[in-house]
Amino acid sequence: MAEKYDVQEVEVWDGNYAAAHALRQAQIDVVAAYPITPSTPIVENYGQFVANGYVDGEFVMVESEHAAMSGCVGAAAAGGRVATATSSQGFALMCEVLYQASGMRLPIVLNVVNRALASPLNVRGDHSDMYLGRDSGWIQLDAFNAQEAYDLNLCAFRIGEHLSVRLPVMVHQDGFVTSHTAQNVNPLKDEDAYAFVGDFVPHEEMLDFSRPVTYGAQTEEDWHFEHKAKQHKALMDSRAIIDEVFADFEKKTGRAYKRVESYMIEDAEVAIVALGTTVETCILAAKQLREEEGIKVGVVSPRCFRPFPFDKIREALENVNAICCLDRSSPGGAMGALFNEVSAALYSTQKRPLVTNYIYGLGGRDFSIAEAKRIMKEQKAHADAGYITTEIQQFSGLRGPKLGFFETKRR
Amino acid sequence: MQGVCATDKRGSKELGSEELVGWDEVMQGVVVNSFEGDATDIARQKAEERNYSEFSSYTATVASWRVIKPVYNRDICIDCQNCWVWCPDTSIVSRDKQMLGIDYDHCKGCQVCVEVCPTNPKSLLMFAEHEDLDKALAQWPQKEKKEK
Repeated sequence: MAEKYDVQEVEVWDGNYAAAHALRQAQIDVVAAYPITPSTPIVENYGQFVANGYVDGEFVMVESEHAAMSGCVGAAAAGGRVATATSSQGFALMCEVLYQASGMRLPIVLNVVNRALASPLNVRGDHSDMYLGRDSGWIQLDAFNAQEAYDLNLCAFRIGEHLSVRLPVMVHQDGFVTSHTAQNVNPLKDEDAYAFVGDFVPHEEMLDFSRPVTYGAQTEEDWHFEHKAKQHKALMDSRAIIDEVFADFEKKTGRAYKRVESYMIEDAEVAIVALGTTVETCILAAKQLREEEGIKVGVVSPRCFRPFPFDKIREALENVNAICCLDRSSPGGAMGALFNEVSAALYSTQKRPLVTNYIYGLGGRDFSIAEAKRIMKEQKAHADAGYITTEIQQFSGLRGPKLGFFETKRR
Repeated sequence: MQGVCATDKRGSKELGSEELVGWDEVMQGVVVNSFEGDATDIARQKAEERNYSEFSSYTATVASWRVIKPVYNRDICIDCQNCWVWCPDTSIVSRDKQMLGIDYDHCKGCQVCVEVCPTNPKSLLMFAEHEDLDKALAQWPQKEKKEK
């Protein structure tokens, strides 16, 4: 029996420690992990909880992230509650196994502390690793601060383990800015947190010797397509369960989460779409612009990056005139992913608002309130002109000659 | 092709001949049952006693993949079980430590059994897939003298 941990009503935790406590409270059977900056403290602290008797479970140190996720796949297929954490290069090394986990419908929880991908090598936060996971078939939830990293971990187990979902879930937080910044966090008591997460319900577990099963079968052109379509439908249908779990969480804690978070959007004429800690920067910037210049700015963020909230993005933004999507990942010869996906959602609306794209904050480059305001004002100029007055893709906070791509054909 | 210790189900269909169903009917996560019904204690049952499921490879034949086949000569075999240990496809059929023959539904013709056979001459030799078993046995080589 695990020892009870006496948590205070308000704790000063950074994002990593908050995530580690959520994992402890979920009473996981197996954590297989390999350390990498900036996610290391999650599994380091979890290991300490195990060593001090606060967890009835196995903690397996493996030789790589590929092995970490492989260990998680094995333990989940065996029939246990499973979780781990990683970042950046470690996430990249896990990638092959991420697809295995989702294809086998194993509800693993992976904390991804977002960090840039090499080369050049960089330990700071951007969203390259989060974007790398976007076609992997996982549910991806994004936390903007330590409290949310804690809350979303508890929700992640409930969502992924739901019998009609049974998919793995990533909980993202920004490297250092969230993971290493101590903030006030209101945790649940151990018993309340566990009551919310609930007992793990095994499904088609390999340790049921009366009914041996094969995981990881091969299928060729005669079966593969049907299996992938079924998996995609499960991911699309998880939207209803995510809403349900968020609603239940709000009932327990008063803290409300939505698949798409929007701030001051009701009367907004222009809006910023962003992910991670940048959302909080943009909210401050929007408030200031509203006060200082009367520009009606709103902020929208997909809390749930996958399944992509096509429906909710459209609802949030269809009445706005000009929108800028901020992508914190080098787009590698395309427009940013958020720009592409938000644009696609808005293309099927009557109004088809103007949408532009900024690439920003790569490798942990700071994104200031002043810069957010400048970008918002630029959107106001697009809205007033009725067309995009700048290049469609631009770079924010970049040294050197101005860099941008493509001009509008709607003028 | 039915062979040694075969059940009605072993190799009873060509791989890929199963009924193709739509995405709404495939099993979640491609998690495949190995056996029909309760399989408690299945480890104590011999293959031919087990109720393998339709999606177990045991019920499918892949004999068509093979271009050369091992032929087994009972007169020379010493039942050392080396071939049984080494066969990568569980296609050497052995009961009570006595070699019975080859499961031609699953043997891929890899020749490992021939390589590891220690007798002189070998008790397993490769022949063309179309070769008649009696004719193959009739051409078996003589014992080779050891060179000094």
